[in-house]
Amino acid sequence: MAADATLVVQPAPAPARIARKIWQLRRWPLIPMFFLVLFVITGVFAPLIAPHDPERGGLRDRNLPPVWEEGGSSEFLLGTDHLGRDMLSRVIFGARISLAVAGVTLGVGMVIGVASGLIAGWYGGWLDEFLMRIVDIKLAIPTILLALVLVLALGQSFLIIVAILAIAVWPRFARNVRGEVLQLKTMDFVALAKVAGASTPRILFIHIFPGVINTLIVLATLEVGIVILLESTLSFLGAGVPPPTPAWGSMVSDGRDRLAVAWWISTMPGLAIMLVVLSMNLFGDWLRDRLDPRLRQLN
Amino acid sequence: MQRYLVRRILLAAVTLLAVSLIIFVMSRAAGDPRHVYLDDYSTQEDWDRLTESLGLDKPYYQQYGIFLGSALRGDFGQSIKEGRPSMEVIVERIPATMQLGLAAFVFSVVVGVPLGILSAVKRGSFLDMSGKVVALVGQSAPVFWLGLMLVFLFSVRWNDWFGDSLVPPYGRQEISSIVLPAVTLGWFYAAANLRLLRSAMLNVLDSEYVKLARAKGVSNNIVIWKHSLRNALIPVLTFAGITLGSLVTGSLVVETVFAWPGLGQLAIQALAGNDYPLLQAVVIVFTLMYVTAALLVDIMYAYIDPRIRYA
Repeated sequence: MAADATLVVQPAPAPARIARKIWQLRRWPLIPMFFLVLFVITGVFAPLIAPHDPERGGLRDRNLPPVWEEGGSSEFLLGTDHLGRDMLSRVIFGARISLAVAGVTLGVGMVIGVASGLIAGWYGGWLDEFLMRIVDIKLAIPTILLALVLVLALGQSFLIIVAILAIAVWPRFARNVRGEVLQLKTMDFVALAKVAGASTPRILFIHIFPGVINTLIVLATLEVGIVILLESTLSFLGAGVPPPTPAWGSMVSDGRDRLAVAWWISTMPGLAIMLVVLSMNLFGDWLRDRLDPRLRQLN
Repeated sequence: MQRYLVRRILLAAVTLLAVSLIIFVMSRAAGDPRHVYLDDYSTQEDWDRLTESLGLDKPYYQQYGIFLGSALRGDFGQSIKEGRPSMEVIVERIPATMQLGLAAFVFSVVVGVPLGILSAVKRGSFLDMSGKVVALVGQSAPVFWLGLMLVFLFSVRWNDWFGDSLVPPYGRQEISSIVLPAVTLGWFYAAANLRLLRSAMLNVLDSEYVKLARAKGVSNNIVIWKHSLRNALIPVLTFAGITLGSLVTGSLVVETVFAWPGLGQLAIQALAGNDYPLLQAVVIVFTLMYVTAALLVDIMYAYIDPRIRYA
């Protein structure tokens, strides 16, 4: 009798349970997540997926339309560009550039931003004032302009582009982390750690840093879209990763004067950028609402 | 208030100083500036004169002083491609950029504000949905691509369908030339205005005083246009100010796409032609505009919303 009483909740029959699980999925941003996974996979495995060499084409095949247009062939699903290079392969390899730039930039920007945010928030005083004024100044200089000057003076390369973009993203991380640290350092557990004799680095990394991680994840997702847009804008203006590397922005630029003859050259890579940025923004919004609703006031 | 003002003005000045320093360091890092200005046909005299005027025989901090001094006088040296003072080239380009910025601003308000109000009032309707699409595209599509797609649709394809393009695809010859660049530049801000106003309106419409007004029997129109909109406009006004400044940067891309003869196009041409004297002048002028706009907004905002001053 007593044993029966504990079985108050009967497990639902299997089909119903699966149905409920699927129903719960509607709260997840499935479509954006699908595109983001696709983006990462194509970026990482580009050489295995791409049907053709993205940097070589035959002039006989130039300006071929996509397969669904008249005159398109199934060999070049998205058509070819003005040099006869396969658009699909170029878009796939372009994902690689965007992924690499966004990944490295955010990595570097986050490390600098978190370090200066922790230091500014923890020590306060003139150090805080100094770091935050640098942040203010950085935010007051238009990023693209700064990038153009640096590129013209130092030359174009992957590393320089990444460095420029990292300079562009770190201030926001620094400012938000600093804000969090200011709150966290007044908490009892920090005081207790001090009393227990923990060193400052230990308090910062073991006790305070974990409290910042949620904000960091949300900010990072929201920044990915910004970095990808910045990188593609630089490429479009001719100040990005140098050709013939297929970056999405420079591909759009390739098709600029050929809209009347071959609209797909500009359209396809632009669509790719938009899809990735859109998915990232939707995913980031969702993540923010789940992890850190306070950040909502940022936008 | 005064303390706040002084702080903001100081920050603006330091920002400009920082930009000038970056530009100076970069101009020296790029190599000997004499090689930029002079070519194989220059005489030893030219060489010596330039050494003298740029102070290249003096230590770096004095060189920076000379650079800063001439920058304050508006002297950034000769543009290499144009062969005349950079500042002269720039001044000619300012009206076109101002015009485009203003047109884009008007577009963003004319489209963003009504759509924002309507999508809040008629939440979940078809209009709200289309507003959402406008906003999502505006915030995700790269500006340069959006511009090209508009050209493709309204010039190239329109020509195929109706025998003539609806608006000119590039240049600044006709009045209607401004339509496509202004829409392209303004779209992002229209999207931002729309989102801001929609959420602000939803907040206000849900507030106690709006409920009270409705309970009193105030008509729907007055509740929306008088009670709600006035309060919902505050965040939009702030954003409008920020917008004015960053429109400057947006013009870089849009002017390049549409061959609009303004400052942005000039900057890109200077970049492509390795015209460093011209580029540094454009960057300084752009930063000046940007920083001034931001400063004005902050001051205005401090007047409108007293909470800011003491933050």
